[in-house]
Amino acid sequence: MHDMRFTIPGQDLNREPFAVKIPDFQKKSEVMITDKGYKCRITNIVPLSGLERLFQLRIIDPLEREVFNFRPGQFLMLEVPGYGEAPISISSSTSNHEFIELCIRKAGHVTSALFEAHQGAFVSIRGPFGTAFPMAEMQGRNVLLIAGGLGIAPMRAPLFWINDHRDKYRDVFLLYGAKEPSQMLFTYQFEEWKKVSHVQMSTIVEKPDESWTGRSGMITSLLDEFTFDPKETYAIVCGPPVMFKFVCSHLDRLGIPMNRMFVSLERRMHCGMGKCCRCMVGSTFTCLDGPVFDYWSVMNLKEAI
Amino acid sequence: MIYKVISKREFKAFIDALVKNNSSFGPRKVDTGSNGKPIYQFMPVKSADEIEFDYTVSHLSAKRFFLPYHDELSHFNFSDGNWEQEIRYEAPPIILIGLRPCDINAVNILDDVMLHGAYPSPYYLARRKNTFIIGMDHLPLPDCFCHSMNRHTVNHGFNLFCSDIGDSYYLSINSSKAFSFLKEFRIEEPTYEDNCCLIERRKNIKNSFETKIEVSGLPCFLDIEFDSPIWQKWGDKCLSCGTCAMVCPTCYCYSVEERFDIDLKGSTRQNHLYSCNLVDFAQVTGGHNFRPKNGDRLKYRYYHHYRGFAANDNQQICVGCNRCGRACLADINPKDVINDLRLERESCMICVSQSPDKT
Repeated sequence: MHDMRFTIPGQDLNREPFAVKIPDFQKKSEVMITDKGYKCRITNIVPLSGLERLFQLRIIDPLEREVFNFRPGQFLMLEVPGYGEAPISISSSTSNHEFIELCIRKAGHVTSALFEAHQGAFVSIRGPFGTAFPMAEMQGRNVLLIAGGLGIAPMRAPLFWINDHRDKYRDVFLLYGAKEPSQMLFTYQFEEWKKVSHVQMSTIVEKPDESWTGRSGMITSLLDEFTFDPKETYAIVCGPPVMFKFVCSHLDRLGIPMNRMFVSLERRMHCGMGKCCRCMVGSTFTCLDGPVFDYWSVMNLKEAI
Repeated sequence: MIYKVISKREFKAFIDALVKNNSSFGPRKVDTGSNGKPIYQFMPVKSADEIEFDYTVSHLSAKRFFLPYHDELSHFNFSDGNWEQEIRYEAPPIILIGLRPCDINAVNILDDVMLHGAYPSPYYLARRKNTFIIGMDHLPLPDCFCHSMNRHTVNHGFNLFCSDIGDSYYLSINSSKAFSFLKEFRIEEPTYEDNCCLIERRKNIKNSFETKIEVSGLPCFLDIEFDSPIWQKWGDKCLSCGTCAMVCPTCYCYSVEERFDIDLKGSTRQNHLYSCNLVDFAQVTGGHNFRPKNGDRLKYRYYHHYRGFAANDNQQICVGCNRCGRACLADINPKDVINDLRLERESCMICVSQSPDKT
């Protein structure tokens, strides 16, 4: 069984080189400053749809910028000073150390405050936290990416990764569903993914309008378009909680092994470090043992999906 | 660990000297409860006469000295279009007098949770390092069940532990600091009689427990009973007030909030102690609540306490002090809930075959 929690070094390795100002309590100085964030400047804001925007952040300190390494699927805690923190999944390329991109929907208290911010404003990030998609394990296999709605945001990191190491993977499929055509995100990148990354891509909407020429219906119906060997396929599923159940059970019927399907869960989080217990699912924490779980673990966790 | 014996009179002088020069907290009678019994709390003390050494149990646990109800995590100072983050670790040294074995065990469990793992908490470490703990054993109350949780004795996590053996205290000295304090006072090597008295005292405590909960195999049992109607039944009684988490010595779930200073020149990030029984505990942005029912949330509290989470090595974090049972407004206590849960299955007529007649 796949178990990421023993292989992920976590944040402590990333932070050691510059965590210098440490409380010295009887010489026990191994303690890191867990609540100190990296200061970032908002360098660009790209409106994607009515509610979502893509924020491009740049860590100001060059050393911190070098040290901030993440893996596809991890998340960070975004802090808007004065308003609070929110867990946001990272949707930029892991090889890009210059910028971090976050696709954010205006939904709550913190994100509403962030949408008021202009280019050049300063925010703070902590992280990265959580487990990642096992991209190394997927090498030499087909990869099936299924995204629904805002679920395309965490999906971009594995897509960039696959683009960087395209020769190591076999066929890559991207299925993307949205509620309405206007809510489709990153439409400007579709051609790039198809032609540069050689991703076989298909989109679907639930409620089509007159401008929509593609298919409409449930996202699982897109699976008929592609032929792949389910025994040699890894699947990544991101989307609203209701989507996991029917997509994963459909993939299960197709014959993809349960430990090769990965889902990214979302819960309320306040610390990201397994201390506040707000994100507990069954007996595990979404911030330490997740957010990426394989379908086998998720099925065994109570109340997970 | 070094064992010594000190007479009660000399011990009082020792505490007096300690208390006069340090910021100390000890059990004091603050009120009388509705049942006529006194209510004790850990309060600031200035002399040994103020301390009730023979108190029963404090209403609130000693958790608040390590995990305050409100704690400032960091402060943001705003300047023209920019801000600076400032983190302060303030932990003045304090002395805690009269902690019970279950309280010290609770602190040890909090150590496991807060200090062992990927992200040790510096705020907790600061307070833990700067606290001098003097423990004292006691005869259990009728509703204590720490013996069932195997938390009625303690062998680490304190600086000094006193067992009452008649005219004197049998001291277990666990730190050099405590030993150097005690050097100034008349302490003696334990005699054969003292050792016998200590063993007799231990035996007496062990045999005085009236409440027993069967917790063996409970983690597995809780998993099986996840969908039991028992949770609905007790959830209907629960008021979702969160009192149990406030008095509990090991509940540590918190909530982080940020608020602007009154002069708008800065903001403070604070954490508040929270309870998993409060209605918005698992509510996410957009309004979806992962645990909307009282029963679901009550169940999660029992899960955390008797099944344990991966973060605390799956150990049961309940110490059996029954503070939650005493404080609960709706009269929910762990003994009844767990016995109910066990009885429900064990009295099932299909599973239990009739015992054969005696011949």
